[in-house]
Amino acid sequence: MKKALTRQQYLDLYYFMRLNRAVEDTMVKLFRQNKIVGGLYSSLGQEAVSVGTAYALEKKDWLAPMIRNIGALLVKGVPPRDVFMQHMAKYDSPTKGKDGTSHFGDLENLHIVSPISMLGDLIPVMTGVAIAGRYLGQKIVAMTWIGDGGSSTGVFHEGMNFAAVQQAPFVLVLENNQWAYSTPVKRQVPLENLADRAKAYGIPSYVVDGNDVVAVYTTAKEAVDRARNGEGPILIEVKTFRRLGHAQHDPAEYVPKEMRAYWEARDPIALYEKFLSAEKLLDANNKKQIDEKIETLLSAERDFAENSPLPPAEFAAQGVYCTGDDCHKVAPKWERPIAEVTPPKSRVPAVWTVKGFGSGKASGGGSAPIHFGDTEKHEEQSKDTEVPEAVAETIRPPAQPRPVKSKSAKATPKKSAKPAVVSGKSSARKARR
Amino acid sequence: MTTAWKANGSQAELGTQVTFLEAIRQAMYEEMERDPAVVLIGEDIGVYGGAFKTSEGLLERFGWERVIDTPISESAIVGAACGMSYLGLRPIAEMQFIDFIVCAFNQITNFVAKGHYLWNAPAPIVIRGPSGGGVHGGPFHSANPEMYFVHTPGLKVIYPSTPYDAKGLLKAAVRDNNPVLFFEHKFLYRRIKEELPTEDYTVPIGKAVVRREGKHLTIISYAAMMHTSLEAAAELEREGIHAEVIDLRTLLPLDEETILASLRKTNKCLVVHEDTKTGGIAGEIAAILCEGAFGDLDGPLMRVTALDTPVPYAPSLEEYFLPNKEKVLHAARTLAKY
Repeated sequence: MKKALTRQQYLDLYYFMRLNRAVEDTMVKLFRQNKIVGGLYSSLGQEAVSVGTAYALEKKDWLAPMIRNIGALLVKGVPPRDVFMQHMAKYDSPTKGKDGTSHFGDLENLHIVSPISMLGDLIPVMTGVAIAGRYLGQKIVAMTWIGDGGSSTGVFHEGMNFAAVQQAPFVLVLENNQWAYSTPVKRQVPLENLADRAKAYGIPSYVVDGNDVVAVYTTAKEAVDRARNGEGPILIEVKTFRRLGHAQHDPAEYVPKEMRAYWEARDPIALYEKFLSAEKLLDANNKKQIDEKIETLLSAERDFAENSPLPPAEFAAQGVYCTGDDCHKVAPKWERPIAEVTPPKSRVPAVWTVKGFGSGKASGGGSAPIHFGDTEKHEEQSKDTEVPEAVAETIRPPAQPRPVKSKSAKATPKKSAKPAVVSGKSSARKARR
Repeated sequence: MTTAWKANGSQAELGTQVTFLEAIRQAMYEEMERDPAVVLIGEDIGVYGGAFKTSEGLLERFGWERVIDTPISESAIVGAACGMSYLGLRPIAEMQFIDFIVCAFNQITNFVAKGHYLWNAPAPIVIRGPSGGGVHGGPFHSANPEMYFVHTPGLKVIYPSTPYDAKGLLKAAVRDNNPVLFFEHKFLYRRIKEELPTEDYTVPIGKAVVRREGKHLTIISYAAMMHTSLEAAAELEREGIHAEVIDLRTLLPLDEETILASLRKTNKCLVVHEDTKTGGIAGEIAAILCEGAFGDLDGPLMRVTALDTPVPYAPSLEEYFLPNKEKVLHAARTLAKY
């Protein structure tokens, strides 16, 4: 059997999932020692999502994490000490103690945009990143994550819609972990698959088993490649489960026991270890080496973090405004000729063009001004044969809504024509529009 | 339709007087000519040229990639502008009417404004749009929402009163590394004209200007009320009251120095603004004077403002709601007697 990934890629995914979990385990200890200033949000059981998706990005690409995507930050190159220091409000942390958790970014080197606590806001921001990258000729892809809960915000819709009309090179990972704090997904969204929301924006989507890191990675890689190739934004719904509460304070007693048991039995790291052993990619010796590597690294990173001071009090008053070029030199990195976007080359007639106007077919069979999109005009000779697909879409009776299945709260990914479902051993299939 | 633009992108001949609106357009045109990192984003700004035609001709000149028509999504406009700025672009985002800026309130106050302080991320964007009343636009097309944002550290807030300042300040805003909110009083758009320099110039952000020298009292104002204040000052002069008139131009950061210097000279202060009374900039100025020049005050700080109501639609109601010359004269005469 030809393997889909290289050995190094398989092992990278494993290493980063293990590192993700170990970083968070370390922070639980720090939290219990009262060394973490604010809240601590866990991604236990969701490591395959953060790691598998972010691993599909290139170095030049941009990402913006959510609170449970520390794994994505580690993959992008953030050292664990930064994550520790952020939580501990240390002066050497990326925000120098001004914000906590994964609320930090790096515009210069790692291309990370900081999240804020208000959900959904990153979607238009990353759409802007994607558009700017395209404008500058950088061929980048922008990626961010949103939870099942965050997908109900208004700005989610504004951002996705705008990304879609702009055909922005943007990948949204909809991390469906079944719970928005205490509210189950069924109480938030009346859909079996949140990926169905992509239909509203006319963009491709995938549904993938979020606890199968290879499936997550191969799907994300395909999506990132498609976005980079100009196919526009893509939505990936990853089905997973938030194993702990919203944050450390929350015992999550509202979660049904059988649901938790189901997902605990599908731990992404345990599943992946089984796979790697079966594929002879990992043995006890490799595993021990990785254990030791992570332990050594995190022990040093933790020491560094603990030894960093808290910020001096007066630092609170500094840095509200950029003071100019001495503070930040704001300059785009052009990777296309500037002449293309400056006059006279940029000159265009300020008119709307409508290519396919009148090409639609009315129910009586005559030509009708139904379609307003940029499709080719409906050819006369094909009158009795097939209606162009884009036109047919607009005149076909609407499909019957899919019956909503509600017998089980656990969402086992199922195969379905639209969107593409990716599960099991990583067979990413292309989504159809 | 192709418009015949002059070399500087102006519809007007060089050396002639241009409107406030034309000054805004020239600023955008010239900045886009100067720097390909400057792009426009907003609703109906491209083919249509903007609801007030402030961006007319810019699509033709700069193309689809630099003049981006958007869906009706203010949060997406501001969010996308912010994201674009992270890659070094300098987007100018238009709110079709500034009233709609509150639809993007979260993006502006939580995302854009806090980025530099929290994670060292400057967001050099300008958010501009037509504001203000007096044109019977009703409660959702006449707002003066500047103070929501003056209360937000990390933003700069500009509200000019003349074509010269509008052009120079908008250019300065585009070149600033911080997010700048730029309010354009639509009553002024086509009512005032001014001859502008032919060469490139900017007006510094954060600097007020003394529009009229005087010794008996200081009238502080901005935007459309600036002109009302100047008319009142001319009339006061005939009564022997010499009012100094200060145009704030920038509300955040506020030019405390100019305010205090004038007060130390006149010892009396009247603030005139079209914004509603409670929470308006007059309250902030009162605090600055009490903190910085209490001993110099020879009378109470007085204010002439709009009523604490939404902006009503009927001309009779709106005229009652808005400050006007008579109200300024009445307050100034009262203050002068102290």
